[in-house]
Amino acid sequence: MFDLVSILDVKKRDLEDIFSLSDKFSSGKSAKISGKTVAGAFFEPSTRTALSFETAAKKLGMQYIGFRSTEGLSIEKGESFADTIRMLDAYADCIIVRHRFDGAAKFASEIAEKPVINAGDGKNEHPTQAIIDLYTMRKTFGGINGLTIGIMGDAKYARTINSLLLGLNLFDIEKAVFIVPEGIKPKEEITRQLNYKYQILSNAYEVIGKLDVLYVTRIQKERYADPLELKRMEEAYKVTTQLSERMKENAVILHPLPRVNEIDKEVDYTKHAKYFQQAAYGVPVRMAILYKILGG
Amino acid sequence: MAKNLVISKIQNGTVIDHIPAGEVFKVVRILDLTEPKGTISIAVNVDSRKYGKKDILKTEGRKLNDREINKIAIVAPNATVNTIKNAKVVKKTQVKIPNVLVDIIKCPNPACITNNEEEAKSKFYVVAEDPLVLKCAYCNTEITREEAIANFK
Repeated sequence: MFDLVSILDVKKRDLEDIFSLSDKFSSGKSAKISGKTVAGAFFEPSTRTALSFETAAKKLGMQYIGFRSTEGLSIEKGESFADTIRMLDAYADCIIVRHRFDGAAKFASEIAEKPVINAGDGKNEHPTQAIIDLYTMRKTFGGINGLTIGIMGDAKYARTINSLLLGLNLFDIEKAVFIVPEGIKPKEEITRQLNYKYQILSNAYEVIGKLDVLYVTRIQKERYADPLELKRMEEAYKVTTQLSERMKENAVILHPLPRVNEIDKEVDYTKHAKYFQQAAYGVPVRMAILYKILGG
Repeated sequence: MAKNLVISKIQNGTVIDHIPAGEVFKVVRILDLTEPKGTISIAVNVDSRKYGKKDILKTEGRKLNDREINKIAIVAPNATVNTIKNAKVVKKTQVKIPNVLVDIIKCPNPACITNNEEEAKSKFYVVAEDPLVLKCAYCNTEITREEAIANFK
């Protein structure tokens, strides 16, 4: 694994290495990568991904440079994305890219000689989040094989869902269940590539008692052009304690965060809420990813 | 041939044969022949032993480049491109869609990096040939033959 642009760049063996390293780093053990610099190029807002990558790089003893908005950059003077990447390629040993355009990380990886990590490109992919999601499932259940995973959220625009669904191809899950409003289907470009069973439902109550994982995402408001469609999406999702009460004893709710209104605050206090723990795994998992790419 | 001759021979130029019936005008657009400098001859719905019906395009004094041939392959996957010199066929090429199409089709996804960064040239991979499905190498958008034709650059 050189670049991490898509979850498809990750082989099962890579993932196993990342999981073992994540176990090591989450237990408090560390490792050092000396003399290297990581650049975080966040052209789009980020809280968790940017901060956890920065923390991860520093915990591994590396320098961290970068930006979390285009304000103050020469991009505002008209400098191209390509030229900005070229500069970072000269200054750093690895470039982490988040951008609002689909395919930006892939394009950056073609320009840069150093490894590029996709920290979210438009509505396309967010592979490091998928690795965190998979790691959280593995930590919770001891493995991912055999799980029934509900996907409740923006199957049309959520990049984390795309990466997670493709990442699940590396395991032998029981099935995935999409919980989507009537008339809205998950992306065919993605479902066509899945090697496991899936079903599409519009009522969460029909299936909630059978799920091991309920993966929820926010509605990607910024990517909707049609306000009516956006309203329908927003009204269709709500995880409440009434819903979570019907979950299996050990079932968990995951969410890549930020959460908006799709999970009631009261759900946070139930045993099923695992999303803050999932976010906490962001640092050890991203340490593991950086170590895997730069530590060899 | 003499019995079924529908359009006259050309001296120097290109003959594109086995275009699906009714699709020849798409080829005319690809070759930007709407205001031709030389003679062009078009035959529509000609009997074809292989395909039932076909269209033929003959263009005097015109050579095709790879970019044009790749576009023709999308419109007319069974087409043959014959180069004519002194009224004789000197080269016969069966078109073939290359595995990667660079800077030929505009990605229909407005948020694709290739529509927003000058240096990022569009790139599509062939996912399936029949029916044709192409996939953007950057944003993973999949398009059909019709969408590809509608988005020719």
